[in-house]
Amino acid sequence: MSVLSVENLSKSFGSVKVLRDITFSLEKGEVLAIIGSSGGGKTTLLRCLNFLETADSGRISVNGECIFDGPVKGKRRDEEIRQARLHFGLVFQQFNLFPQYTVLKNVTLAPTLLGRGTPEEIQEEARRLIHRVGLSEKADFYPCQLSGGQQQRVAIARALALSPDILCFDEPTSALDPELTGEVLSVIRGLKSGDSTMVVVTHEMEFARSVADKVIFMADGIIEEMGSAEQVFGNPRSPLLKNFLSKA
Amino acid sequence: MIFENFIEQFPTVFSALNTGFLQTLKLFLVTLAGAIPLGLIICFGSMSRFKPLSWLVNGIIWVVRGSPLMIQLLIIFYFPGLVLGNNIWGSGETGRFLAASVAFVFNYACYFSEIYRGGILGVPRGQTEAGQVLGLTKSQIFFKVTLLQMVKRIVPPMANEIITLVKDTSLARIIALQEIIWAGQAFMKGSQGISGEIWPLFFTAVYYLVFSGVLTILFKKLEKKLSYFN
Repeated sequence: MSVLSVENLSKSFGSVKVLRDITFSLEKGEVLAIIGSSGGGKTTLLRCLNFLETADSGRISVNGECIFDGPVKGKRRDEEIRQARLHFGLVFQQFNLFPQYTVLKNVTLAPTLLGRGTPEEIQEEARRLIHRVGLSEKADFYPCQLSGGQQQRVAIARALALSPDILCFDEPTSALDPELTGEVLSVIRGLKSGDSTMVVVTHEMEFARSVADKVIFMADGIIEEMGSAEQVFGNPRSPLLKNFLSKA
Repeated sequence: MIFENFIEQFPTVFSALNTGFLQTLKLFLVTLAGAIPLGLIICFGSMSRFKPLSWLVNGIIWVVRGSPLMIQLLIIFYFPGLVLGNNIWGSGETGRFLAASVAFVFNYACYFSEIYRGGILGVPRGQTEAGQVLGLTKSQIFFKVTLLQMVKRIVPPMANEIITLVKDTSLARIIALQEIIWAGQAFMKGSQGISGEIWPLFFTAVYYLVFSGVLTILFKKLEKKLSYFN
């Protein structure tokens, strides 16, 4: 059974069809890289998975349980959406750490508010995650005291704290200086060995090639090509993909 | 000659002005205690996605901000008694204080609500989204994520508005509330054996200056306290 299965997902903004019949599935522990030029619908797809946008139609299932089945009659209840979101974690391009809290508090906030264990357990788990992203010494720092790469690593620890079924990354290194992308990518690479299921929207082709089990190339709201990393990068069929890769 | 008068009159005047200032301070504190939370409710109303509610609330904000506080004081104090024939405020200083408090709370809540709105809109959308993807409820996102960032943003404009309030309390003089201006003016008409003296009225300015000076320092401290994040 797939961890994630997406069927015929579609989304329009006004008359612009941003996603058209997106269908794919992902097995446990797999890493999916989504590549393509800007405006192709990659970010919208991630936002639909995290219910920051509501898709117009299609199905999303996690571990065989259908959590979205559009088109929706009436408004979905806030509580229902909130529960569905917990299957996913999302790491933003702009980190979006909570500036008023320390690194540790950023990581413990959601588990604490959601009652995921005793304060001691939550603290311990948070420290373990902060250690895992290599920031043990920075646990009591505020986000504004950290570099972009460090902030993004905290954001990854924060997302992991709720142990989501699927962890999504929305261009996690696009807002970083080139010399800082490496540290973030190596943290993500490290998660792969830890059995996390991940969806990574990225412009880092080398990274996608080396880390992804599966690659989706999106263009104009459709999946133009999908396959293993070797297939997509080594033997691209679609002319659009060939063109894209030659420029990247 | 003038100076001798001053020395002689000072204790009497000082004590009368202090009594007046106490009333000023009371009105100031009641206004803050009422307008700070009421402003938040008005703010949520004006930002509501339920259009009729947001239109209604924005209409009220327009009327309150668009007309002089002095007129609002007069209408709120006299309208029930003189037009409806039912003076709900009761007589005497207590009634005047009650009417003044209602007018001030409502007026300032409308100004505060607009400052809050600016503060809320100033918090990046990504903060709310980060809370959402972490599975937090709407109220958790507001109280644990957005609120402090909003507070930080609204401290300077709120300080401005609150210092204006210090001086606006003197408008309550129009319905004969016995605040400090009223107390100073009394010595022109004659009170406690002193009459025809204008210096007590001028002297009231010192109270306002000292009070707003203290508030300025407090707000600077608060601003500094919140400067550990951005």
